[in-house]
Amino acid sequence: MTLPLSDIQAVLPELIVVAAACLVLGLDPITPQSKKTWLAWLSLGSLVLCVPITISQMGMRVSAFSDLVVLDPYACFWKLLLYLVSGLTILLSLAYLKAERINLGEYYGFLLLSLSGMMIMVSAVDLLTIYLGTELMSLSLYVLAGFKRFEARSLEASAKYFVLGSFSSGILLYGISLLFGVAGSTRLSAIAAAVANRGLDDPALVLAMILLVVGFGFKIAVVPFHMWTPDVYEGAPTSVTAFMAVASKVASFGAFVRVFLEGLGGLKANWYGLFLVVCIATLVLGNVVAIVQTNIKRMLAYSSIAHAGYALIGVVVAGQADTEGAVRSAGLSSVMLYLAVYAFMTLGAFAVVAMIRKGGLEGEEIEDFTGLAKRQPIAAFLMLVFMVSLAGIPPTAGFIGKFYLFLAAVNAGLAWLAVIAVLFAAVSAYYYLRVVMVMYMRDLDISAGLAPRFASSPAMTVVLACAIAGVVILGLYPDPLVWVTSFAVLPLK
Amino acid sequence: MSDLSIQSGGFPWLTAVVFLPLAGAVLLFFVKDAAVRWTALAVALADLALSFPLFFLYDRSATGMQFTEQVAWIASPPINYAVGVDGISLPLLLLTTLLTPLCVLVSWRAIETRLREFMATLLVMATAMLGVFVALDFVLFYVFWEAMLIPMYLLIGVWGGPNRLYAAVKFFLYTLAGSVLLLIAILVLFFQGGHTFDILLLSKAGYSQTLQNWLFWGFFIAFAVKVPMFPFHTWLPDAHVEAPTAGSVFLASVLLKMGAYGFLRFTLPMLPDATAAFTPIMVGLSLIAILYGAYMALAQADLKKLIAYSSVSHMGFVTLGIFALNAQGIEGALMQMINHGITTGALFICVGIIYERTHSRMIADNFGLANPMPRYATCLVIFALSSLGLPGTNSFVGEFLILIGTFLWNKAAAVVASLGVILAAAYLLWMVQRVAFGPTAGHSALRLSDLNWREMTIMVPLIVLVFWIGLFPNPLLRVMHTSVDHLIEQEDQENRALARRDAREMRERREARDGHVAQVSLKANNK
Repeated sequence: MTLPLSDIQAVLPELIVVAAACLVLGLDPITPQSKKTWLAWLSLGSLVLCVPITISQMGMRVSAFSDLVVLDPYACFWKLLLYLVSGLTILLSLAYLKAERINLGEYYGFLLLSLSGMMIMVSAVDLLTIYLGTELMSLSLYVLAGFKRFEARSLEASAKYFVLGSFSSGILLYGISLLFGVAGSTRLSAIAAAVANRGLDDPALVLAMILLVVGFGFKIAVVPFHMWTPDVYEGAPTSVTAFMAVASKVASFGAFVRVFLEGLGGLKANWYGLFLVVCIATLVLGNVVAIVQTNIKRMLAYSSIAHAGYALIGVVVAGQADTEGAVRSAGLSSVMLYLAVYAFMTLGAFAVVAMIRKGGLEGEEIEDFTGLAKRQPIAAFLMLVFMVSLAGIPPTAGFIGKFYLFLAAVNAGLAWLAVIAVLFAAVSAYYYLRVVMVMYMRDLDISAGLAPRFASSPAMTVVLACAIAGVVILGLYPDPLVWVTSFAVLPLK
Repeated sequence: MSDLSIQSGGFPWLTAVVFLPLAGAVLLFFVKDAAVRWTALAVALADLALSFPLFFLYDRSATGMQFTEQVAWIASPPINYAVGVDGISLPLLLLTTLLTPLCVLVSWRAIETRLREFMATLLVMATAMLGVFVALDFVLFYVFWEAMLIPMYLLIGVWGGPNRLYAAVKFFLYTLAGSVLLLIAILVLFFQGGHTFDILLLSKAGYSQTLQNWLFWGFFIAFAVKVPMFPFHTWLPDAHVEAPTAGSVFLASVLLKMGAYGFLRFTLPMLPDATAAFTPIMVGLSLIAILYGAYMALAQADLKKLIAYSSVSHMGFVTLGIFALNAQGIEGALMQMINHGITTGALFICVGIIYERTHSRMIADNFGLANPMPRYATCLVIFALSSLGLPGTNSFVGEFLILIGTFLWNKAAAVVASLGVILAAAYLLWMVQRVAFGPTAGHSALRLSDLNWREMTIMVPLIVLVFWIGLFPNPLLRVMHTSVDHLIEQEDQENRALARRDAREMRERREARDGHVAQVSLKANNK
């Protein structure tokens, strides 16, 4: 059997990333310790290579490998976002890994493998292929989470993530197998046809749908499948936490939305209410529990849960039955916009967190930010902007993201849901502003042990510059992104 | 309006006025330490000079917005950068540009730490506040409205008093929680009012009574927290007491006006039926605010708290005038907004000046200042008399118009409101009696210097305004007239309909009675 060239072209970016990952892993043993940074640049180079390819594929709509993967604007949008997030994570890792003395080549290899898994997830239209993508992503992330081998917390994070993650993958697989039993195929199009034939009340379909919600719910960390998030985010190296909080969430949302709208779109009436409940529970729990956190990584973990709740509003809108396609498309494109905005502000916040050092360790308590505005005015100001943006206050990108979500919700007649969401956005301002308060309004008590330091580096500066540019420019001029998301949205009827 | 239109001579007056302070804030980070104060002052004065011609160029006879500019900002949904002023917003715009240089001057010596950041925050704040008054697009308005929270939060939290963290967080959460619902109300209006965020188009659209009622409360919470109306006023005393003087001045003089401005710009024109329906509740809350604020002010030992509660009372007059829904009431409310901005701002500056000298805001620590500081005592007395609405001073004009307006609406309400004027006289005169003329207290050991040239420079323009508006209110009233008339047209239609109905009922009743009398007399005749 020969592979047609067009199929190869369709997955060219994936191939490049996998090849680069293998190359990094292969070169790692023969690279001297002092030259490990070269592997990072190699990884970054492969991403830079992928960007123009994906942009050129943006307008296409082809399926490859007998309908296992598809190349559509929707997939390309997520891929571009993932390149950006991965590229910034690599830059963020450079100095961080050195400071933590875990500057190993495998790190970049696993990062790229994880990225390739995510790319497969967002472009697959077959449940098994999506499953393969999630596993490739997750297995690499399990390794990355435990990358600080000598630190019990990191190992615990890795083990916890692995056990719970495998469990959720099992549930996902079980759901897929039920769907295969019903439809005789794992293609989303075949499943959609089977759903249309069998109707809403088929117990096998409903059970499979619930299992898929559980499986994906774990990956995007929504209540009640969020339990692993704070522990894993806290224990994992900060650069990995940033990557998990943004890239894995973005990719999982991409796959999750495609599966439910393209494959299980006929069951909208069944999953709509379920999503609504999960959405509200996520908004409430994420925002309320974040208030009591003292560790900034845990706080950002709960904040990432809450943001998944906001993004779900758009999914709920996209899944509303008896609603015009245009209204539902607006819901979906607002999810895409929100996650793009979320990527910038969350990466920026984690970058600042990764730069706070206390002794030889990370300064990751909120207290460690005390008086930062006096010692590092620029870093403190950047953190202020990221926090304000996460709270959704104009004129930052976070406001624009929420604005489009709420616009879609009100348009779909869900003004009450938007009201709940804005009230919890006001709650979230409390914990985001606490960071600002600590930085600007408290002075450091020098007598109390080691003073937190601030480690900046050129690569870190690039990360922060990109993040702040994204937050500010998208806040003031979101038009291009709005256009791209409405172009790349899945066609909804 | 076309896609891109800049009227009135082609010069984008309002954009320049709004964004000059922001540019100045950026500039501040590139000047030497020694030049920070002068640069900030120069920027603020330049902004004042730039806004000044607007007062003369403004066409007093024309209805509608002037100096409009419109540029497309976001294509989908259509959001424009649209600005303009009318007779309601122009006085508030000028008040803001006038107070900005005064705030810079007030902070000249009072701010000792992180002066550069302070001045920059102050100027950013000015941009956000000016933006609120000129925005003609609802989303643009909301962006400015919310953007203002962060600099104010920093002003209170970084440069405030001992309990500043609590006050800053309280201020922020209160006002944010109030205004998030406004966002949803704006989005609902967008879909109900013809897919536009244009404030003027939305005002003309007309909405069903049920929708208006819902939107009314969405708007109400946002604006009532800012005003602040009873029972949403509890953030105000904390924020005022802890904020640095310049922050208090901005809070009292401009921020509180944003809430009242919101009622005038959005609630009245967009939701006339709901406004008419809920007027009794609004008037009731205003009356409670007037009396409760005044009553609380009587009990305060802290000067700043006293003025803060007097603000609650005075802003009660403003909302009372607005919801009297007639020309006198609304013009009075607008006058009161400007006057409160001048007088209360001046009183806060007075407290700030004495705090710099005695390091106490307690009345008990600041007895008998007339002897060591005669110029200061004179200023304090003038502003206190102005605040209690003495004829000849500015506040009299506003309060009098409001009381006339209220009297026309409901005589009992006017009587209750006048009690507030009496209470104001009580707490202000009692304060002046102790602070200016009381027996010299513990500070006698300190050598108190009287106002210096800088402080006099702050006071003189404010005193001039107190008497100018008090004696010749017409130039200011003429600016407001056309816009206020235009505003109450919609309300008037409502009222006229009611009046017609009343007249018809009276006629019918009279006819019925006459008929009855006729019948009775007919019967009598028959007998």
